[in-house]
Amino acid sequence: MLDDLRDLYQEVVFDHNRNPRNFRVIEDADRTIEGFNPLCGDRITLYIKLDGDRITDVSFQGQGCAISTASASLMTEIVKGKTIQEAEKLFQAFHKIVTGQDDDLKLEELGKLAVLTGVRQYPSRIKCATLAWHSLESALKGEQSSVSTE
Amino acid sequence: MSTVPTQSPQTYPIDRIRADFPALQQQIRGKPLVYLDNAASAQKPNQVIDTLADFYRHDFSNIHRSVHTLGERATAKYEAARDTVRRFLNARQTEEIVFVRGTTEAINLVAQSFGGSQFKEGDEILISAMEHHSNIVPWQMVCQQTGARLRVVPINDHGELILEEYQRLLGSRTRLVSITHMSNALGTLNPVKEIIDLAHTREIPVLLDGAQAVPHLPVDVQALDCDFYAFSGHKLYGPTGIGVLYGKRELLEAMPPWQGGGEMIRTVTFEKTEYNELPYKFEAGTPAIAEAVGLGAAIDYVEAIGWDHIAAHEHALIEYATEMVHTIPGLGIIGTAAEKGAILSFALDRVHPHDIGTFLDHYGIAVRAGHHCAMPVMDFFKVPATARASFGIYNTLEEVDQLIHAIKEIIKVFG
Ligand SMILES: Cc1ncc(COP(=O)(O)O)c(C=O)c1O
Repeated sequence: MLDDLRDLYQEVVFDHNRNPRNFRVIEDADRTIEGFNPLCGDRITLYIKLDGDRITDVSFQGQGCAISTASASLMTEIVKGKTIQEAEKLFQAFHKIVTGQDDDLKLEELGKLAVLTGVRQYPSRIKCATLAWHSLESALKGEQSSVSTE
Repeated sequence: MSTVPTQSPQTYPIDRIRADFPALQQQIRGKPLVYLDNAASAQKPNQVIDTLADFYRHDFSNIHRSVHTLGERATAKYEAARDTVRRFLNARQTEEIVFVRGTTEAINLVAQSFGGSQFKEGDEILISAMEHHSNIVPWQMVCQQTGARLRVVPINDHGELILEEYQRLLGSRTRLVSITHMSNALGTLNPVKEIIDLAHTREIPVLLDGAQAVPHLPVDVQALDCDFYAFSGHKLYGPTGIGVLYGKRELLEAMPPWQGGGEMIRTVTFEKTEYNELPYKFEAGTPAIAEAVGLGAAIDYVEAIGWDHIAAHEHALIEYATEMVHTIPGLGIIGTAAEKGAILSFALDRVHPHDIGTFLDHYGIAVRAGHHCAMPVMDFFKVPATARASFGIYNTLEEVDQLIHAIKEIIKVFG
């Protein structure tokens, strides 16, 4: 593969794209939300199980590019077991970094999510990385309908 | 494929043509640019770029308003461009050529002016299932305003219009048929002559969306007998911001203006305004003057190459590209009409079009990945999006090879 593509498509991204984690339906989910990126047709349905304000389980279904699938998969891994407030903080940090609003990369805060920071160089692909997160944010705020990145 | 080669591609002056396009001389991420996004918009030859620059350097002024020399010179060039378009479409009169911003504005003009004044509750407008959003939404808007109803002619699995269904849908309530000449998402060339003749047996006017067709084949509005024809300059190697609405004189005469302002009036008092004659009635405000002149230069450019040459060259490109992608396992072509222009829309089993687009860009290859402003087409073929390679006068068989090579690499990487 071309070297300069490695920033965006790291091995972890390919791995999560091929074998997305938590790629299933939660039948008795407390929150379900659909996210849609009309620009590229990416669709995601997010399922969340809550115990008080703790996310005890989270999963997704849908269809998208490698970046959006890997981002959703990584997100479910990282927010499982976190409180709503912790997830919210992660979303803010992630969003700031991938949209280039925060040049001071605090990668340790992001953990595994750091593999996605390459999208900063690809303005047209940022929405692919943030779709799952926007959906999560809306779901945690209690919005049940659907979100769109447009 | 419809385009019958009458010249062998060997005689095609490809090197000279490529040399005319400065944008093609650059490298993208260290690789020579392979520009295969012509259906979205085409690159511009020096002849167009120089015409724009020269016009601004020497001849620019507002038009139709000034007695000074520059005013007269600019007006003469703007009107000469209109005559070039008339000749290009073989329209009877220059009064039938209205300059607009592009195809989108042309269709909105007809929807609002013709539709807004004619359509009544229960009337029907017929479009097809392969239309670009710009030939859907303006009709939905006028339907909402008038109570008319939008009917959609279905397509088959090859992406071809189903003519029997079209005939069935043409009825006593149909007030207008608005169909694309060539589909941007599928490449399908529609049987427009038959479509028009069938509508005319019931005296129903027909609008053709020529945005995609005009860069690839000669259009004769008199031979077609279409009532309206719309196209954009920027897909025809011309400037953005300029396009054309052709309309039969009787129809345009009967239509009310759709925008008010300067240029479109004869006299104004606070009591009453008398509208200007055609085509100025539909050209309110200062138009895209230099762009119109640039469009004239673009038309001169493609006509100098010759339609036979262009048809043969592009036919060879799409034939070869189609043959080559058939050798790639897991690749599906979206749009396999028997009559097709130089557009190859495809999807890979295991790679999303967006990833294809980003990967190809790293090989210097520009394609479009997305829904191509034709979401109903994506829904029909049950794909979220496609990758689309669209060819133009300056593309080469070697570029097709590069595309094929890059697609194979992508498949390898995604496994
Ligand atoms: C078939 C078709 N119709 C209409 C349009 C709209 O053209 P424009 O954006 O120039 O108004 C396009 C361009 O994308 C097209 O391909």
